[in-house]
Amino acid sequence: MSLLIGVPKEVFPGERRVASVPEVVEKLIKQGFRVAVEAGAGDTASISDDAYRAAGAEIVDDRARLWAMSDIVFKLRSPNSEEVGLLREGATVVSFIWPAQNPELLQQLAARKATVLAMDSVPRISRAQKLDALSSMANIAGYRAVIEAAHEFGRFFAGSITAAGKVPPAKVFVIGAGVAGLAAIGAAANLGAIVRANDTRSEVADQVRSMGGEFVPVDYVEEGAGVGGYAKLMSEGFQKAQREVFATQAREVDIIITTALIPGRPAPKLITEEMVKSMKQGSVIVDMAAEQGGNCELTEPDKVVVKHGVTIVGHKDLPSRLAKQASTAYATNLFRLMEDMIKTKSIVQETGTLDVDMEDEVLRGTTVIKEGKVTWPPPAPRLSAAPTQAAKPAAAVPAAKKGHGHGGEPMPAQKLAIVFGVAAAMFWFVGASAPAAFLAHFTVFVLACFVGYMVVWNVTPALHTPLMSVTNAISSIIAIGALVQIAPPLAGGAPPPNEWIRWLAVVGIVLTAINMFGGFAVTQRMLAMFRK
Amino acid sequence: MSGNLATVSYIGATILFILSLGGLSHPETSRRGNLYGIIGMAIAVLATVFGPRVTGSGIPWIVGAMVVGGSVGLYAARTVQMTQMPELVALMHSLVGLAACLVGYASYIDTSIQLTGAEKSIHEIEIYIGVLIGAVTFSGSLIAFGKLNGKIGGAPLLLPARHWLNLIGLLAVIWFGREFLNAHSISDGMMPLVVMTAIALLFGIHMVMAIGGADMPVVVSMLNSYSGWAAAATGFMLSNDLLIVVGALVGSSGAILSYIMCRAMNRNFISVIAGGFGTGGGTPAAKGDAAHPAGEVTPVSSIETAELLRDARSVIIVPGYGMAVAQAQHTVYEITQLLRERGVNVRFGIHPVAGRMPGHMNVLLAEARVPYDIVLEMDELNDDFPDTDVAMVIGANDIVNPGAQDDPTSPIAGMPVLEVWKARTSIVMKRSMASGYAGVDNPLFYKDNNRMLFGDARKMLEEVFVALKS
Repeated sequence: MSLLIGVPKEVFPGERRVASVPEVVEKLIKQGFRVAVEAGAGDTASISDDAYRAAGAEIVDDRARLWAMSDIVFKLRSPNSEEVGLLREGATVVSFIWPAQNPELLQQLAARKATVLAMDSVPRISRAQKLDALSSMANIAGYRAVIEAAHEFGRFFAGSITAAGKVPPAKVFVIGAGVAGLAAIGAAANLGAIVRANDTRSEVADQVRSMGGEFVPVDYVEEGAGVGGYAKLMSEGFQKAQREVFATQAREVDIIITTALIPGRPAPKLITEEMVKSMKQGSVIVDMAAEQGGNCELTEPDKVVVKHGVTIVGHKDLPSRLAKQASTAYATNLFRLMEDMIKTKSIVQETGTLDVDMEDEVLRGTTVIKEGKVTWPPPAPRLSAAPTQAAKPAAAVPAAKKGHGHGGEPMPAQKLAIVFGVAAAMFWFVGASAPAAFLAHFTVFVLACFVGYMVVWNVTPALHTPLMSVTNAISSIIAIGALVQIAPPLAGGAPPPNEWIRWLAVVGIVLTAINMFGGFAVTQRMLAMFRK
Repeated sequence: MSGNLATVSYIGATILFILSLGGLSHPETSRRGNLYGIIGMAIAVLATVFGPRVTGSGIPWIVGAMVVGGSVGLYAARTVQMTQMPELVALMHSLVGLAACLVGYASYIDTSIQLTGAEKSIHEIEIYIGVLIGAVTFSGSLIAFGKLNGKIGGAPLLLPARHWLNLIGLLAVIWFGREFLNAHSISDGMMPLVVMTAIALLFGIHMVMAIGGADMPVVVSMLNSYSGWAAAATGFMLSNDLLIVVGALVGSSGAILSYIMCRAMNRNFISVIAGGFGTGGGTPAAKGDAAHPAGEVTPVSSIETAELLRDARSVIIVPGYGMAVAQAQHTVYEITQLLRERGVNVRFGIHPVAGRMPGHMNVLLAEARVPYDIVLEMDELNDDFPDTDVAMVIGANDIVNPGAQDDPTSPIAGMPVLEVWKARTSIVMKRSMASGYAGVDNPLFYKDNNRMLFGDARKMLEEVFVALKS
């Protein structure tokens, strides 16, 4: 009996997202699940019940019945106590849970003998990226933050010169270059703004640049990378230097987007009232940390306020404001989780059983309650690629030389002298012992070697094969050796000295002719294929 | 045609050959380069045939031999698969070597030219060396052909005390050379010449057998160089400047090419020729613990691969010999086209020694009509991997082995490699977990951001293509 996944309507006030979308429902059904969706669950994300039905889901009108029939419940916001009450005993819940903030929820769920997979507890390792719902939500939030800022901001983002005068480009300063920050940088840069960003972790500078932003460093040496790629709390000295940077930026820029969060702590207050005062009239601050208290002193969560002429946006529901996109991303994350569970035999469709494989690092980290037993917090992750980059691979390779053509650095003088010495001795030997006729040939030979050397240095590697094939064809010039032997003019018309010679020569010509014609033809064939 | 006219024609042919090699240095001029080569060859052959050294009675023989050889050559050139290019080139080298041998023998038994004193000795030395090089080229190329063809295993065959064997062979060759020079009649001299030829043939076999598959590109180009030297030696033997010049051109260009490739692999030229890759002191011991990477491999399906590609903004494809074997280049191009139409920045990263012949990959990709301006060298795009979403490795192994950089005990330590592991995700397509030609385990496979797509490259890529399209 296959497992039934239930997707209830989110009840949190203002929540527009839904935990699964029709495209993903289809995939889930392909994987052997049955899916039931509460009527109207997708309304706020512009997804009709019919769309779910078309994808193969059953639409259930009665909330209580949906909760009761589901083996696995897909949720987004952590379930409230009413929802926990509806949950069937022993069923599985997949949702954001925030176990550290919600200990009593954990207890309630455990009392229902539930198995709970918390999407906020997915370990931050590369293998789990595909199910990292936090990242996908942060990504969407970063984009939406820029859109909110653009909405409140009274000007264009991109600079341009029009008949109605010159428009300077907007300057955007992004604090925190995590997933959300990077998404914000990319979105703002794409709108045409000049984007700067700062982060306590200096290694993200390249990522900032890759998104089209400019990294503003803080001149104070301290590394800010904590465990699992998150930021950590910085020292007083660093914070002071950082504030100075922010104060300077605040005077210059039009828009500030803050994304600074430290796991398990209130958001650091980075933008002071003074800084807000120093900003230009009409500037905008989007505080993406509003949910954790805000990065700006004047932020009022869930509200848009104007203070000292600056609009401060404190929306806590940025991903939800892009409900369809966020729902799709979240649904895909959940689908990946289901795939992983099938792969690890945590879910066996044939028998309809669900038993989380606690040996699997990703599933272990995600599972906060297993069959009524609280398993949170998980043991520390085995950090494979931890930030121990200090022990860099000692630059084992000497820097590769640049192309060909220059032959690298010149030879040391001593070695050069030896080479010349040996060459001189050889030449002297040849000159002293060989007859004049030989010397003429020898001259030609040596010069030709040099010509070959000079010509070939500049060849592009792409053409090595054709070059070899053409030199191969050219080396069939040896045919000439055979040609002159086949019927040489002989003094007095004497018969050829040996019939063998002719036969050897004929075979030689046949062989070289194969090479000659074949070589040129195949080179031609190859070269004809090279095209721009 | 008078002797002077023939000489002038030879000069013209020489210039054309030099232009030909020069033209081959860039794709835009390469076709013209090949044409120069053809014209030069035609001039050289015609000038010889109608020149003073060939009488009318020989012409029917020449025409007959040319027609037979030419049609075989053209047929082979027309029908050969691009993936078989390395074998064909190796086989052709062997023909040049054999021809050099034959010409040498013919020249030796030719009594129509009487020389005395130093000139006679020099002529005989020339014959001796010409036959020697020709024989080594011949047997070596045949073995290379066999190895490339898969008829002979790729692993290096290492006889005990092989360097001593080579040395003994060399001494024997020198000793027989002395005998050969001191011989009073042709029949006396024939014995040392034949023995030397046999030694040279064995030496050629031994030399190439000892070279591992990974070094085959170097070998092919080295044999190319040998065939040039054989031609030059023949030129000395027959006092023919054209042969000398062209032989020297081919010889030195082949040597430079081998050298360039050795440098690309960070290998010592001498040690490649001396053979025995991956068998130097201590490496087998190191394989056990230090070189064995820890971790697990993450296999993916072709559908997941297609999804990764679909979501990528920039993709670098790193092809290797496996792509050639599976004949996957056309499918690769179809995928490339599809991705490029969708605005994905797709490029190809070619390692200098990818495949079994220098430039092997470029030829295959060109055959599949991949435009050459998106096919880049290692040095040109190695810095771009950190900004790349997906690096797709198709049938390559050693050239993407991070061990070459991090593990000083690795047999390929210090060889420059394509840094695919710096891309956000790398996908390695392989038939199995077997190690590459160098016989080294690859830590790349165990990296967190690496995915393995097991199966025949062409079949897998076709699946990926279908998945991408839908």
